[in-house]
Amino acid sequence: MLPVFFYLFSIIAIFSAIMVITTKNPVHSVFFLILTFFNSTGLFVLMGAEFLAMLLLVVYVGAVAVLFLFVIMMLNIDFSSLRAGMIKNAPLGLLIGAVLLGEIIFSFIGMKYGISEIPGNELFVKLSEIENTRALGNVIYTDYIYLFQCAGLILLVAMIGAIVLTHRRRENVKKQDAVKQTLRDKSDSIEVSKVEIGKGV
Amino acid sequence: MYQISLNHYLILSSIIFTIGIFGVFLNRKNLIIILMSIELMLLAVNINFIAFSTHLNLIFGQVFALFVLTVAAAEAAIGLAILVVFFRSRGSIAVEDANSMKG
Repeated sequence: MLPVFFYLFSIIAIFSAIMVITTKNPVHSVFFLILTFFNSTGLFVLMGAEFLAMLLLVVYVGAVAVLFLFVIMMLNIDFSSLRAGMIKNAPLGLLIGAVLLGEIIFSFIGMKYGISEIPGNELFVKLSEIENTRALGNVIYTDYIYLFQCAGLILLVAMIGAIVLTHRRRENVKKQDAVKQTLRDKSDSIEVSKVEIGKGV
Repeated sequence: MYQISLNHYLILSSIIFTIGIFGVFLNRKNLIIILMSIELMLLAVNINFIAFSTHLNLIFGQVFALFVLTVAAAEAAIGLAILVVFFRSRGSIAVEDANSMKG
């Protein structure tokens, strides 16, 4: 059964990856990107990396793709003018892509990857003994704790950076100022005046 | 019985990586599609890492794929934020409009 699913997932993934870069409408290419991620999730599950498969779904489909959709829909972009020159650029891209793909695939042929080629492999945990999520948790909270914290720091910096970049102070917007409200007292907000009868203020 | 080997996954990931690079060339003007092509390339890298991780029966490829995922998410957020700021100041997202630093 495994080869059937591998070919199913990989053919749909490649097809939708091609559609991502060739569709006219960017909203459609986001949806094809989501399809690519779903199919590679299937591939991850086939390979036995269940935790990363679910993480890919949550992070990419749940966050990144939605972010792309929001940006495409919120900005009023004229996409048809951006497609000009696509035909002109295609031959060079195809040439470079074909050369690169050929080089990569030629380098695979006849290669043997063995566990004995890795130095210090007696320290490594065998995957098949425990389930995937537990195996990952065993290392990221012990051996890789500093890298894990660094990953969190990168996300924090990305969040602050995105907020600082896109935040703007607009004029003519009425906003509540709590400090100004609490520092206000009777003396500078109420004026008592004696009004004479029949004259008005 | 016919088995799926490591090479199958490596060739798949290299095809997806090449599609990502081709996407950058094809949509040279559209910044959003370029960002999506970069996401495709990072996905191919992740497939490669996990394929080796399961082939060698070691967890560390998956740990590194986790970090690649983190950096990809941060990159998408920052990239889209820069794109929004760029669109506000220029009114377009064409890459050739980004020429203020030419001098």
